[in-house]
Amino acid sequence: MSISWYLAVSAIVFSLGALGVMTRRNPLVVLLCLELMLNGGNLALIAFSRMWGNGDGQILAIVVMTVAACEVCIGLGMIVAIYRRNLPIDVDELRELQG
Amino acid sequence: MSAVLFFIAAIGVIAGAVGVVVLRNPFYSVLALVAHLISLAVLFLLLRAEFVAAVQVVVYAGAVMVLYVFVVAYVGGESDSIGERLRESGPVGSGLRLGGAIVGGALLVELLIALLGTGLEATSGYGAGYVAGPRTFGTPAYIGKLLLTRFLITFELASFLLLIAAVGGVVLARRRGGIGEDEPEVFVPLDVPRPRGTGTMAEGVGAGNGRAPRTDHTQASTVHTGAGQPS
Repeated sequence: MSISWYLAVSAIVFSLGALGVMTRRNPLVVLLCLELMLNGGNLALIAFSRMWGNGDGQILAIVVMTVAACEVCIGLGMIVAIYRRNLPIDVDELRELQG
Repeated sequence: MSAVLFFIAAIGVIAGAVGVVVLRNPFYSVLALVAHLISLAVLFLLLRAEFVAAVQVVVYAGAVMVLYVFVVAYVGGESDSIGERLRESGPVGSGLRLGGAIVGGALLVELLIALLGTGLEATSGYGAGYVAGPRTFGTPAYIGKLLLTRFLITFELASFLLLIAAVGGVVLARRRGGIGEDEPEVFVPLDVPRPRGTGTMAEGVGAGNGRAPRTDHTQASTVHTGAGQPS
């Protein structure tokens, strides 16, 4: 398959992730949709890396995975902290920094 | 053969992404994301990125998703689907959600125009030349050589970022307000005194709240663990 098919799949995945970030209210699912957006970016990076025959895109994809793991760590820690304070797990209710 | 595999994997990728967005239960969303990640690893393999595909399956679908499953099981909570929110949340909420859908659709159209209508002629090709071999493009030897030569600073920065995130996760998720002055100190098996609420697993599951912690200590430490419980 030509490279543009992979790019189309990555655009669809990125848009679905953006849609989920904008419409879902559970912060866990918002984090999952952020992962979707990062994965769409990763697929485009690796497709372009294959297109040029150059490994830099793959290194960048691995770095993106590292950043995603850090984001999951911090985000899930925040969700657990919110849960322990008996606050609602809902991004519409969590509007203030000083709750 | 590779075209058939591409379509199967691409359908898996998109179906997994749709499942993450529309499924009602967060647990099922996590499982859909696992399916999405494994299908995406197949696409990476088709693009000759063997090491990245292996990392994707082992680290992402294996480790990160297990963390997600644990947090979903701990927090739980019913999420609600998009359709139900549209029905019950009144005009403002449904307007916001409709606006989100419109912005997402516009983003998709824009990305497709940018990616498929590009002037880069190589995107309609099949990629650069590829010769199979033990140290060729995408193999662990190739990636490792790049990471330790050209991208050494990036590699070190990524490891430092992981360290910061690990410390931040521990600080964020620890038990709050547990280090009080009136609480008695407990003894860990090494006979080092420490205050309550400094993050043992027994306290994490609630054994430190009102009940004596179930520990396997000898007499020297059980004197302290049971004392001063107001329950």
